[in-house]
Amino acid sequence: MIKIENLHKSYPMGDESLHVLKGLNLHIKEGEFVCIMGSSGSGKSTLLNIVGLLDVHDEGKYYLNGQLIENLDEKKAAVLRNKFLGFVFQAFNLITYKNALENVALPLYYKGIGRKERQKIAMDYLDKVGLKDWANHLPSELSGGQKQRVAIARALVTNPKVVLADEPTGALDSSTSHSVMELLKEINKEGMTVFVITHEEDIAAETDRIVRLRDGIIISDEKTKKKVKA
Amino acid sequence: MFDLDRWREIFQTLSKNKLRTALSGFTIAFAILLFTLLFGIGNGLKHFFEREFAGDAMNSVYINSGITTKPYKGLQSGRRIQFRNDDTKFINEKFEENIDFFSPNVSRFNVLTIYKGKQNRYTVRGVYPDYQPLESAVIEKGRFISFLDLKKRAKVVAIGRLVEEDLYGNKSALGKNINIEGISYQVVGVFSDPGGDRDERFIYTPFTTAQGMYRENDELDYIGLTYNPKLSVDQALAFTSLLTRVLKEKHSVDPRDQGALRVQNYAEGAKNVQQFIMVLNVIILFIGIGTLIAGVIGISNIMVYIVKERTKELGIRKALGATPNSIVSMIMQESIFVTAIAGYVGLMTGVFVLKGLGKSLEKYFIVNPSVETYVVVGATIVLVIAGTIAGYVPATRAARIKPIVALNDE
Repeated sequence: MIKIENLHKSYPMGDESLHVLKGLNLHIKEGEFVCIMGSSGSGKSTLLNIVGLLDVHDEGKYYLNGQLIENLDEKKAAVLRNKFLGFVFQAFNLITYKNALENVALPLYYKGIGRKERQKIAMDYLDKVGLKDWANHLPSELSGGQKQRVAIARALVTNPKVVLADEPTGALDSSTSHSVMELLKEINKEGMTVFVITHEEDIAAETDRIVRLRDGIIISDEKTKKKVKA
Repeated sequence: MFDLDRWREIFQTLSKNKLRTALSGFTIAFAILLFTLLFGIGNGLKHFFEREFAGDAMNSVYINSGITTKPYKGLQSGRRIQFRNDDTKFINEKFEENIDFFSPNVSRFNVLTIYKGKQNRYTVRGVYPDYQPLESAVIEKGRFISFLDLKKRAKVVAIGRLVEEDLYGNKSALGKNINIEGISYQVVGVFSDPGGDRDERFIYTPFTTAQGMYRENDELDYIGLTYNPKLSVDQALAFTSLLTRVLKEKHSVDPRDQGALRVQNYAEGAKNVQQFIMVLNVIILFIGIGTLIAGVIGISNIMVYIVKERTKELGIRKALGATPNSIVSMIMQESIFVTAIAGYVGLMTGVFVLKGLGKSLEKYFIVNPSVETYVVVGATIVLVIAGTIAGYVPATRAARIKPIVALNDE
């Protein structure tokens, strides 16, 4: 599903340039539940942004769903994001003046789906994350956990190939964090590829595969034993 | 192309962000309102001056006689100068090329006029047919005095609109008889006059008829003429000073005698008024452009602010699959919609206020303050375009920002 070969990325910092990703190789297959771990500055967010087509890489090759990503203009990137990727952010990033249902339905608007159909699909996904009754509430009227559930519903609503979650529990307390992870696990069980970034060990432990990143290099890549337990 | 979904999205954004919408709408509406009001009041001032000086033809010259104040060629001062028919002939022949319309005049004031028991007193003027353009009189019904009337000394009159109103009420005076100092005349025409009420209470009769009726012989009161409109102001002034000199010589009046013969020339006045109106036009234009620029700057600022404020939202939309084009066109459509509606509101308010002010400002020399539709519509379009451009620049910039940068914007 996601294949990365010798990926490099630097950011210009004044006259110098900061080399963030130093030749990564990573292969994530369909249906995997992968976690990227690393302290801040390890390059994990940069990696997610490149994988999520929110940023471009300098060197190396990136295949998304078998398609080589190169010379991507914003328009193509937008279409690919809409088609293949669903995002869950640490800060939720819901649109404040839209209610839960409208937030979930927004990717479908950009997909060009009609209004009635949009609302129906969005309601199904809200139901799936257990927030059907909160459909008409604004984000400001929801708790952190509920907001993240709305965000997850929004990430899923276009039925993407991969869900990318950047510190999805970073702004939540531990019990809410756990329930959000449970939700992601469930989604994964239904066959969705889920790609999580975190710096918390216990969150990482709930995934199937942990890739550890330090100073722009992958230092370990191993399966967790959890699956065996389950 | 009408995209209902797009409009729904826009309506939602606008109605959920009322302050933002109100702010940009208000700027536009206020700019257009100010523009309309200032322009309208400026136009009102212009109308006032145009009306005040529209009473007579702008190129008219009136020659009046008086009493000599200086002895000349053995004649004593205090002598009354009397124009006669030979003066008419003399001027007409001598200055034929420079004269456009020409009419001698015999006037009688406070003449008792009766129609079927209703009566009033008016000024009766004996004139040539040319007097009509001289006075800028406009025939409403029938005709003015004709040369045939003049030749036949016909007992016909053209009466002012208000004379008809006074004596005939709602009925038409045309073809009816009118009794002027015991003598019956036929009404052949009714006229109006932009000069106002006083000018619409005159009664015109053929010069020959009036002269025969009110004067012993071939005396006349004054002479009115218009000079050839092709003459420049300086040429017109040269013409009237020559006319004055020649006439003074004919009547043996000292060239320096100001009282015996007066030639009133509107050329200088007309020049001043035209210059004044021109200056007024420049001022109005300046005010208008100034207001528009202020509006343009206002809306530009607000659009920059709005797009800045929405950077994060735009980043979210991009992450969810919004293309740069859809972002730009969404912002533009919003801004055009708001500015167009607000512009229309401002325009309507302005027009409404001007209508309401209407006559109440006449004592401040403002008459019929109004704005030509094309001017305000043009101004509104300018602001809409300005708002669009003002929105376009930051919108394209926002659309170009990497979504990740936009998402991190706080």
